[in-house]
Amino acid sequence: MAVIFIVLPVALVVVLAAVIAWVWAARSGQFDDTDTPAIRPLIEDDEARPKH
Amino acid sequence: MSAADLAAAAPAAPPCAHCGLPVPAGLAGGEPAFCCGGCRAAWDVLHDAGLARYYELPERAGMRVAPSGRAFEEFDHDAFRRLWVRTRADGLSEVDLYLEGVHCASCVWLVERTPLAVPGVASTELDLARGIARLAWDPARTTLSAAARFLDTLGYRPHPFRGGRAAQLRRLEDRAALVRIGIAGAIAINVMLAAVALYSGWLSGMDPAFARYFRWVSLVVTAPTLVWPARPFFRGALSSLRTRTLHMDVPIAIALLAGFTRGAVNTFTDHGPIYLDGVAALVFLLLAGRFLQSRAQRAAIDSTELMHALSPRTARLVEPEGVREVPAEALAPGMIVEVRDGEMLPGDGVVTEGGSRLDNGLLTGESAPVPIGPGDVVFAGTVNRGAAIRVRIGQSGEATRVGQILREVEAAAARRAPVVRSADALAGGFVAVVLALAALTWWRGSATDASRALDNAIALLVVTCPCALALATPLAVTVAIGRAARAGILVKGGDALEALGRPGTLVLDKTGTLTEGRTRLVAWRGAEATRRAVLALERHSSHPLARGFREAWPDLPVPDAADVVSTTGGGLEGRVEGRHVIVGSRAFVGARATDPVGFAAAAADPGWTPVLVAVDGEVAARAEFGDAVRRDAAATLAALRARGWRLRLLSGDDPVVAGAVGARLGFAPGECRGGASPEDKLAEIESLAGRGCVVMVGDGVNDAAAMARATVGVGVHGGAEACLATADVFLARAGLQPLLELTIGAARTLRVIRRGIAFSIVYNVVGAGLAMAGLVHPLVAAIMMPASSLTVVLTAWRGRTFEEVPRWR
Repeated sequence: MAVIFIVLPVALVVVLAAVIAWVWAARSGQFDDTDTPAIRPLIEDDEARPKH
Repeated sequence: MSAADLAAAAPAAPPCAHCGLPVPAGLAGGEPAFCCGGCRAAWDVLHDAGLARYYELPERAGMRVAPSGRAFEEFDHDAFRRLWVRTRADGLSEVDLYLEGVHCASCVWLVERTPLAVPGVASTELDLARGIARLAWDPARTTLSAAARFLDTLGYRPHPFRGGRAAQLRRLEDRAALVRIGIAGAIAINVMLAAVALYSGWLSGMDPAFARYFRWVSLVVTAPTLVWPARPFFRGALSSLRTRTLHMDVPIAIALLAGFTRGAVNTFTDHGPIYLDGVAALVFLLLAGRFLQSRAQRAAIDSTELMHALSPRTARLVEPEGVREVPAEALAPGMIVEVRDGEMLPGDGVVTEGGSRLDNGLLTGESAPVPIGPGDVVFAGTVNRGAAIRVRIGQSGEATRVGQILREVEAAAARRAPVVRSADALAGGFVAVVLALAALTWWRGSATDASRALDNAIALLVVTCPCALALATPLAVTVAIGRAARAGILVKGGDALEALGRPGTLVLDKTGTLTEGRTRLVAWRGAEATRRAVLALERHSSHPLARGFREAWPDLPVPDAADVVSTTGGGLEGRVEGRHVIVGSRAFVGARATDPVGFAAAAADPGWTPVLVAVDGEVAARAEFGDAVRRDAAATLAALRARGWRLRLLSGDDPVVAGAVGARLGFAPGECRGGASPEDKLAEIESLAGRGCVVMVGDGVNDAAAMARATVGVGVHGGAEACLATADVFLARAGLQPLLELTIGAARTLRVIRRGIAFSIVYNVVGAGLAMAGLVHPLVAAIMMPASSLTVVLTAWRGRTFEEVPRWR
């Protein structure tokens, strides 16, 4: 069971990574609009090509 | 295009390829066919940009596009730029536009492809839930009005979004709250995992080295939650102590500090319970509860702000080259503006040309439109009802009378007494009792075993933690605000709901609140055939009463009238179906016809304008015009009185009219007051303020200061912008019935809150008893705390508050 002394800190590091990811996501506005992004890919742009 | 043209075109030609309307006969035959040049242009633009798929989208089937066809030239004005447009770091301009009519995935697809159709537009991003598009463009290559015209041809009419700055601030607050919740949640879950290990170790036996390890891990992981996510509670508790008004944050801060300190000490000494899982869970649950409440309130605030966006604030500026639209903010004294029928005056000034009638309802509360002509002084916020007039602007913006009233509104809002929330009212007593009990526990036990006594005292502080108590209000309010919004009642703050839960004094404005706020036909005595003759004549007039007749009988067939003569200030004469018909005021008709039945002599209701109709020299009918009382007003007021509310009527209209309407709705003469200026209304509310909850219900600029000063201000459907902004509750559904639903729903919400508080107090009494007896094992605390919170969550969720009204729109 002594492995727990190593595994637990490793698990906490993983949690820390997840928390950092969350903080980044919240601060960069990923949760500002939770409705629209989900439907953006619903319609394909088959003909739409910007003209340059 | 008239209805007859439409009917003729419908069966033969295919509908317009862009908007789906029938194509008029003259334009039919083209392939594809269009109903107008605007639609052809829109179709061409979409095809050139490679967006022809738009016409095949499934959501578009059966939908008709209704472009307004406006030029949106005010979008390019300097004043507009200054107010709404931001310049980004990369040199592009950016603006937030509220788009009417966005509702589905196709709308997102189409709106976000604006850059393909309008070269120079860099990007458009649509927030579908709120209907707000963020548009970025290169000012050197295109204009905002070009993009606006494109969106308009697709049927998404753009408006500048006024709440932009406030919305940005709220978004930053939201992000900060989410960061705190995420951290607190991650910590709570991991500390609880460690706690599960400790509890199961306690039940089945565990190597002390592991136990010590898990305790240290718990301490190290919990510490950050106190220094970061829990900071708002400590800050709140400090400011509460500084201002000597105890509220919920104080017991929360005490429980957090006591639990953490004891947990840390017990970890160092390696003896006794550590409580850290409870501390971490408490921070997370409370943050989540408060966030949910602010989210619900925010949704209501957002909805009212979107309604602001819909009220146009443009002016038609008269220049030598012609008339063009500019933002109302661009007006300066001396400029001449044109105000057409139905438009609101953009500034204070003097009429230079034209004669019409002005509806002062929103500004003064007067119900009848007032005739105006050249030389008359007119004010911003009034509405032109009649012919177009031209006005020389004297004051604009903040300097107008409306602007001055709005400054008073701000001052009034600052004087308002805050609502004392049930939970906060309890917090003071709660803190005192808990601290006294803890001291008692310690003092009683210190003689025998000082360390054990301290443990029990701390256990009491932790176990009586007001988690459920603090959650009861936000959760109940969150659920209630959400349900209210679905019933068309927008509640901007939980305090308002708690205040409305107990009956108090309800002060109602008359014009636009109890009445419909516009002149219409309210009574008619006479034969059916006479109605058609009246319509035939009135078709030749633009007088507001003529419109009243047309609106009252929209479906009657209208015969032709000949030899129509109009007399200003009198009435109309003419021949209809071979008979001589006169419609007009009592004096006008009385001088031209006899009155055998006595129509003219009948007493008139004060505030109503009688109109007589004579056929072949004899008065044959009488119509009454006035501002009709809302249909549901009498029943709603009776129900409110039955619920214990004291009602008062406070109107800016003529005292006689106010008295007559009040008497009809069951107000005692002492409860009605007419002729009240905005200042009088404010003074009246202040004089009532000492006696419990005062609710002001209104719709106009003249009510705004009173609404801001009242405990709760309620704005009704169709109200002025100033009133939307000050109202704590806005009734988005027409009629007074929602007002009754609001008081019922608020009373029920208060009951749900109290039930939650009662549950948590019972739990606390039990917990305190166990702690004083030294029986609280950390496992007992760990089970009791979530159990009590869960009870409160379920109470709030299942509680009956507002009834949903399906499809109220």
